[in-house]
Amino acid sequence: MDTRELVCIICPIGCRMTVVKDDYVSLGYKVTGNTCNRGEAYAVKEMTNPTRVIPTTVKIKNAQLNRLPVKTNAPVPKGLIFECMNIINKVEVEAPVRLGDIIIENILGTGIDVVATKTMEKI
Amino acid sequence: MYDVAIIGAGVIGTFIARELSRYKLKMVIIEKDNDVSNGTTKANSAIIHAGYDAKVGTNKGKFNVVGNTMFDQVCEALDVPFKRIGSLVIAFDEEEMKTIHSLYENGLKLGVPNMEVIDSTKVKEMEPTLNAAIVGALYAPTAGIISPYELAISLAENAIDNGAELLLNNKVDCIDKVYKGYKIHTNENVIDSRFVINCAGVYADDIYAMVDTPDFKIIPRRGQYYVLDKSAGEIVNKVIFQCPTKLGKGVLVSPTVHENVIIGPNAENLKDKEAIETTEDGLGFVKESAQKIYEDIPFNKNITTFAGLRAEPSTGDFIIEESKKAKGFINVAGIKSPGLSSSPAIADYVVEIVKDINGGLEEKKDFNPKIRKKIRFADLSDQEKTEIIKKDSRYGRIICRCETISEGEIVDAINRNAGATTVDGVKKRVRPGTGRCQGGFCGPRVMEILARELGRDMKDIVKDHKDSYILTGYTKEETEFEKVKDLVAPAIDK
Amino acid sequence: MLNYDIVVVGGGPAGLAAAIEAKKNGADHIVVIDREYELGGILQQCIHNGFGLHIFKEELTGPEYAERFIDELKEMNIEYKLDTMVLHINKDKQLSVINTVDGFLKIQAKAIILAMGCRERTRGAIAIPGSRPVGVMTAGTAQRFINMEGYMVGKKVVILGSGDIGLIMARRLTLEGAKVMAVAELMPFSSGLTRNIVQCLEDYNIPLLLSHTVIDIKGKERVESVVISKVDENRKPIPGTEIEYECDTLLLSVGLIPENELSKSAGIKLAQVTGGPIVNESMETTVEGIFACGNVVHVHDLVDWVTEESKKAGKNAARFIKKEIKPSKEIVKTIPGEGISYIVPHIIRSVNLEETVDLFMRVKNVYKNAKLVVKADEEIIKEIKKNYMAPGEMEQLKIPSSLFKEKQISEISVVVIKDGE
Repeated sequence: MDTRELVCIICPIGCRMTVVKDDYVSLGYKVTGNTCNRGEAYAVKEMTNPTRVIPTTVKIKNAQLNRLPVKTNAPVPKGLIFECMNIINKVEVEAPVRLGDIIIENILGTGIDVVATKTMEKI
Repeated sequence: MYDVAIIGAGVIGTFIARELSRYKLKMVIIEKDNDVSNGTTKANSAIIHAGYDAKVGTNKGKFNVVGNTMFDQVCEALDVPFKRIGSLVIAFDEEEMKTIHSLYENGLKLGVPNMEVIDSTKVKEMEPTLNAAIVGALYAPTAGIISPYELAISLAENAIDNGAELLLNNKVDCIDKVYKGYKIHTNENVIDSRFVINCAGVYADDIYAMVDTPDFKIIPRRGQYYVLDKSAGEIVNKVIFQCPTKLGKGVLVSPTVHENVIIGPNAENLKDKEAIETTEDGLGFVKESAQKIYEDIPFNKNITTFAGLRAEPSTGDFIIEESKKAKGFINVAGIKSPGLSSSPAIADYVVEIVKDINGGLEEKKDFNPKIRKKIRFADLSDQEKTEIIKKDSRYGRIICRCETISEGEIVDAINRNAGATTVDGVKKRVRPGTGRCQGGFCGPRVMEILARELGRDMKDIVKDHKDSYILTGYTKEETEFEKVKDLVAPAIDK
Repeated sequence: MLNYDIVVVGGGPAGLAAAIEAKKNGADHIVVIDREYELGGILQQCIHNGFGLHIFKEELTGPEYAERFIDELKEMNIEYKLDTMVLHINKDKQLSVINTVDGFLKIQAKAIILAMGCRERTRGAIAIPGSRPVGVMTAGTAQRFINMEGYMVGKKVVILGSGDIGLIMARRLTLEGAKVMAVAELMPFSSGLTRNIVQCLEDYNIPLLLSHTVIDIKGKERVESVVISKVDENRKPIPGTEIEYECDTLLLSVGLIPENELSKSAGIKLAQVTGGPIVNESMETTVEGIFACGNVVHVHDLVDWVTEESKKAGKNAARFIKKEIKPSKEIVKTIPGEGISYIVPHIIRSVNLEETVDLFMRVKNVYKNAKLVVKADEEIIKEIKKNYMAPGEMEQLKIPSSLFKEKQISEISVVVIKDGE
C-alpha cells in the first residue's frame, strides 16, 4: 500500500500531508495533515494527474523591454510543460498588450489559454 | 615605421608613453589584453610609498623618493584621485623598534623628507583604533594613496590625445631584429618600430627572450587582498604597515582613495603568470595578519577579494636599461613594489635613455599635459549638479546607486580616448559596480549603455577579456525541447 | 524647494501600498519616487505566480500583483516620478532628488515613507576563494536579464543558496532550456518557501544539496566548474566530500540585505539583526515623521505581508500629518527570546494602537511541533501551537491592544518552546 509524504503548494503555508491509497474512500486516497479542502484536492491530484501553471515570457516588439510575461490561465498537466514551452517560445507579439490579453488560445488543445500578465505600452 | 613601440599598457608603459608623447615621435602602445591597466596595475596595494626602505644605491632607492614627489602634479593634470595621507610602520617590541630606527636612518640617506619616529602615545593619537600593544612607529607624511588603474588609463588617454596609438588585444608572438629597428608580430598585426620599450610586467622576461637571451627572470609573486565597504568606516587614517621582514613589507591596512579599506597582501611565488585566483589559505593569512594591526577589522563588511601578481625580478632590483646586445630595445622590467611609486621617475629616466639613443628628441609645441576634466557627479555641489544636468540631462540619471555614478559619467568614460569598451573597463574608470552591490543592480544598466554607445548587441558586451561573455544568447531562440517527458518528474503514483 | 505632504521613496509593492493607503487616510499631496522606468519594483521581474493569496485570495504573478496597485495609484491621481533618484534625506525631512527632466530638486516633506526594498548579497559578502571568471551572478540579476531583457545567462548552472529567488530561477532556467545541475545550501534547511522547493526543484528533478557549499570556482574566462563540499555542523567544509560540477554559470541566492543608505543619511537607527530601521507600532523610524515599510525594514518572504505592513505605514504617515500620532515616553520593547531571531516592530507605544498590534518575526531554526510563547514581562499571555516553523517562513502574531490598557508592561518577548519542554 502506497503512503506518500507531500508538501502542499496551494498556498504558502505549505502543509505537510500524508497520502495513503485507500480504495474505500471516494477519492481513492486518504489525506491527512491538510488544513483545508484545497489541500486534499491537491494531494489527490498530485497522485493522479499533477498540474502546474506555467509562468514564462514571450518575445515582444516595440515595447520598452524585449519580453512580455505570460502564464497559462489554468494549470496544465505536468507532462505537457515542455511541449507548451516549445509553442510559447515561437510566439512574438507586438506592443501594446493589455494584462489578460490572450496570447495563445487553447494551447495543445487543453482548453487552456496563455495570457499576458502585464500591460506593455507601445514605444 | 613607428619610432617607438611600447609593449604593455600598465602604469609603466602608459607613463612612458605619456612622457614620450611630449616629443615628435610616432608611437604605439601594444597591449595583449582588452583594456589598458589590466595586469598588475589594477591589482596592487595602491600606495605611493615614501621610499625609506629600499637599499641605498639601488634603482628602487633612487626612483621611489623622486617619483613620490611627482604625483601631485601629474595627478592634478590627469585628474586622478591621489591623497597624501602619510604612513606608519608599526612596531610591537624593542626588536622591531630597532628596525624602525634603521628604516628611518635609511630613509634619511635616500632623502625621504619629514619622517619621524614616534612613540605609542603619538601612534594612539594618530590612529586610535590600532592594537594597544604597539610601542612605536615610523611616520612618513609623504606616503600617499592613489587609484593606480585610473592613473594608467588617464596616462594612456593623455598619450593618445597627444598622438600616440593604442593597440589592444595584440599579444606579441615574436620580434624580429630588422634593419634599423624591430618587426613585432602580434596575433593581429605586424608592427615595425625603431625602438621597442618592454614594459610587459610579469611577461617582460618572455618578451625580452624574443630578441636576446635574458639575464633576468620575472617571478610572478601573488598577493591577495580584501576590500571592505565604505560603511566599514575610517578604521585607519593612514597607510599602516607592519614591520618589514625578509619576506617583504607584510600585510597593510589602508584607506583607499574611494573611501574603502584595503587589506593585504600576502606573498606567494608562483610559476603561472595568470594565476590571479584567491585562495582560502592566502586570504586567511591576510586576515590573521591584519588582525595584529587592529583586532576588530570588520571583515563582515568585505565587498570583494582579489589577487594580483607582482613582477619580481631575479636580480632583486628594477631593470631599466637598453639591452646591450639588442640595440634600441629597452627593458623596463621587474617593476615590483615600489614600482607604482617610482613610475613617474622611471618614465623620465626612460625618456633620457631614448634621447640618448636617438641623439636628442624634438619637443612638440602643442603638447597638452592635461586631459579633459572628469565630472564626478557625487562630488559636485547642489548648484553644480543643477547646472550639469541642465547642460546634459544624462547626468541626471544615476546608474550606480552605491557610488552615485551618473549615466553622463559612464558615457564620457566610454567616449574618451583609451575609453571603456567592457563592463570592467567602465568600472575601473568611473566605478559603478565597485560598491556594496558589486554591480548587481547597475551591471545590466552599464551593459545597456555600452551596447548603445558602441553600437553592439548587449550579448556581445564582455566583462573584461575579449572572450568573457556575460550573456550566452537570447531566451526563446535556441531551445527546442525534445525529450519532453524525461524533463519533468512524473506523477507520484506512476 | 518643492513641498509635499508625503514623499514615498520607492515604487515597489511597499511604496505603492503605502501611498495608496496614505491617500485613503486623508493625505493629499503625495509623490512616489522610483529610480526605474516603471512602477512595481522587483515584482516586475518576478513573473512567477504565487503572489496575492492572502490579500486577493487568488494566485497572481508579480507583474499582475503590481499592476493592481499601479492602476489604483493612477486612479487616485497620486503623483509619481520615475527614472528618478533620491540622493539624500536629512532628519528635517528634506530630500535631494534628481532626474533627467526636473534636474536637481530639493523637496521638503511633512512625512517620508521609506520603501527602498533590499539588495542581494554578492560573492564578496560570502568570500568564495578562487579565480574570478565570468558566469558568477546573483539570482536576481539573472532574473532581470532572463525575464525582462530576454537574455540567457548560462547553459549549465549551479545555484548556491536555496533562497526563494534561487529556487524560482532554477525552474525559470530549466524552462528556458538551461540545465540546472544542483542547488547547494549551506544550512541543513532551505531558507526558501517549501512550495518553491516542490514546484521548482522536485518537479524538475533538480537536486537540493543541504549542508553543502561551493568551495571553489574554476575557469579562466568563463566558469568551467564549481566544487561543492559537504559542511559539518559548524558550516565548515568536510574534506573528502568534494564533488566537482561542470557548469558555465554559478548563480548566487545567498540572502538579501535591506537597502538603507538613505536611512543612514537621515540619521535613522538601524537594527542589528534585520539591517533595517528600528520601527515602532506605527512603522515610524527613530526619526519622527519618517516611516519605513517592506523589505527595507526586514526581508519578507511574501509580498502580501509587505502590502499589509506598508498600508500600516501609509495610514500612520497620514495620521502623523494630522497630528494623530502621539509621541509617548511610555514604550514597550519587543524582545526576541530563545529561538527567535528578531521581532518587528521593535517598539510599541500603546497610546497609538488600534485593536491589535501585529508582531512579525522569524525563528532561528526549523522546528517541528513547537509553540510560540508570548510573554508580557515574564507572564505568559499567549501560546500558539505550530506544526512546522522555519527561518524561511515569517511568523505573525496578533496581540490585542487591550492588554496594554490593563496594566503597565515594559516588554513583550516571544520564545520558541519545543514540544515536551
